[in-house]
Amino acid sequence: MDRRALSAAFPVTIPVLMGYLAIGMAFGIMLEAAGYNFIWAFFMSLTIYAGSGQYLGVSLLASCATLGTVALMTLIINFRHLVYGLSMLEKFRGMGWRKLYMIFSLTDETYALLSSVQAPVGVNPRNFYFAIALLDQSYWILGSVIGGLAGAVLPIDTTGIDFAMTALFVVIAVGQWESYGSHLPALLGVGATLLSLILVGQENLLLPALGIIIVVLLALRPRLEATADAQAPKDPRPEEEKEDSLC
Amino acid sequence: MLTPLQAAAAIAVMAGVTFLTRILPFLLFDRKGNPPRLVLYLGRVLPPAIIAMLIVYCLRTVSFAGLEGWLPPLLAVILVVGLHLWKHNNLLSIFGGTIFYMVLVQAVDWQAVQDAALIFFS
Repeated sequence: MDRRALSAAFPVTIPVLMGYLAIGMAFGIMLEAAGYNFIWAFFMSLTIYAGSGQYLGVSLLASCATLGTVALMTLIINFRHLVYGLSMLEKFRGMGWRKLYMIFSLTDETYALLSSVQAPVGVNPRNFYFAIALLDQSYWILGSVIGGLAGAVLPIDTTGIDFAMTALFVVIAVGQWESYGSHLPALLGVGATLLSLILVGQENLLLPALGIIIVVLLALRPRLEATADAQAPKDPRPEEEKEDSLC
Repeated sequence: MLTPLQAAAAIAVMAGVTFLTRILPFLLFDRKGNPPRLVLYLGRVLPPAIIAMLIVYCLRTVSFAGLEGWLPPLLAVILVVGLHLWKHNNLLSIFGGTIFYMVLVQAVDWQAVQDAALIFFS
């Protein structure tokens, strides 16, 4: 490991450190409450490494979901990663064996950092990117293990802590609402899911909802594409806040 | 409760599928030339629709049978939106909303609130 790259990367990752410790701890506590201790938290954070995906994973484990459901739900919730990869194609070229790790560790936060920071003069950019990715995951693992341990030791009533997942999505939605030119996709998401809830009920609502969303988005393409080119998502927040988008 | 082996299998599936969603664009488009416009279009308009879908999914068990079934999530969501529009601080919004929700569902006697509201409005 390149020490210079590591020490240049650390200050950049401090917002993610705060965020991942906190969100990771909430994950560890939720997982412990669902009957899986910190060792499970450690392995989930090591192998899955996705904030909202792991939150959803807790409820999948707790509800004894079948492997098919697990695969489908994980696919749906992580769909947005496809977009991140598209904008990192150039950046990850020439990283050799580390490229696989960069792809594996491309969470929302690491994506936000990688797309906004520059390596300082004299530091190899590839080592710098790799150090950022590695530091971020170590914070996530640390937070979730601390949460798992705390959940087991502290006599706290965790009823209602699963609301953290709802809150996380609401926060992402508010950010998107402010930065997207068209609110139609978000409204469509709400409408399609409510319709699906009424039609098929609580248990299997996601797949029909996703189907409706994609069909309607394809139908609206001429209209949305006309406005979207002029209104590519812009980020209204000040520069220093951009890196800690937790999702 | 799942057996440890079943739980490990579920985690392996989550890890595999998550990695797949991350590596797919590199497998499909990592060469010279741009991805098809349709892919770029969906990549731009799908994320807000999916997040909205997941919010409704999280709230799917809300019930309108009694106050405790819908008022705590409603108030907590309003607080999260308000906090976030105000401060734009992810941690404040998420933890403020969650702690508020936990207090609402743990410490408030909703039957008493409902009775008081009925007396007040009649």
